[in-house]
Amino acid sequence: MKVKYFAWVRERVGKTEETIEPPATVHTVEELIAWLSGQSEAYAYAFEKPKVIRTAIDHTHVKSDAAIAGAREIAFFPPMTGG
Amino acid sequence: MPSSVTTCPVTIRIQEDDFDIAREIAVLTKSRTDIGAVVSFSGICRADDDSAKIAALTLEHYPGMAEEEIRRHADEAVSRWPLNGVTVIHRVGRFMPGQNIVLVLTASQHRQAAFQAAEFLMDYLKTSAPFWKKEESASGTGWVEAHARDDEAAARWTKS
Repeated sequence: MKVKYFAWVRERVGKTEETIEPPATVHTVEELIAWLSGQSEAYAYAFEKPKVIRTAIDHTHVKSDAAIAGAREIAFFPPMTGG
Repeated sequence: MPSSVTTCPVTIRIQEDDFDIAREIAVLTKSRTDIGAVVSFSGICRADDDSAKIAALTLEHYPGMAEEEIRRHADEAVSRWPLNGVTVIHRVGRFMPGQNIVLVLTASQHRQAAFQAAEFLMDYLKTSAPFWKKEESASGTGWVEAHARDDEAAARWTKS
């Protein structure tokens, strides 16, 4: 699946987007964040406060217990500050 | 039976270029005789954020999702109020104090629906449309933090 990062999450991870293949044991957004956090210090830093991170699956806001099965694009970002 | 036209064109644009409020109102109201009220809100880059002096502001967005999220809320506004037109323009890029950032136009037969729909759209734009602001000041650059007051403002529109 494709993963995108925005604002300070992007800066901390160090990339705009990538394609990842999490193991089959990763079912939810929360589990995906935990799995990514274990991949490197950059991810651990980006997701150090997982409750602050907002997630969208295929352009729709989702909660941390949302299932990632079938997702084409998952995006992680801080709370929005537009307007 | 009302004799007026009841179409409600919705225009949503995300762009780097500036917008001209008068021109956008003219586009929205051209050849219409059913519009009795247009409310316009424009958000402008300020020179200060509480204590810090802002030199510039950079707006980043999530292409695709930003348009869809604004569209969802514009559609909801159209279903909640008797609107005759909606325009939302959000700029991205780097802005200096005094420059335009966002424009919301709502048109209706009467002012109350136009005022309320404009507030509704701005409240949701600030809390759910994927845009992020980064400030540049004398002390460096930093991402603007979301305010709880914006979430509270959006929560008042939740249907009970």
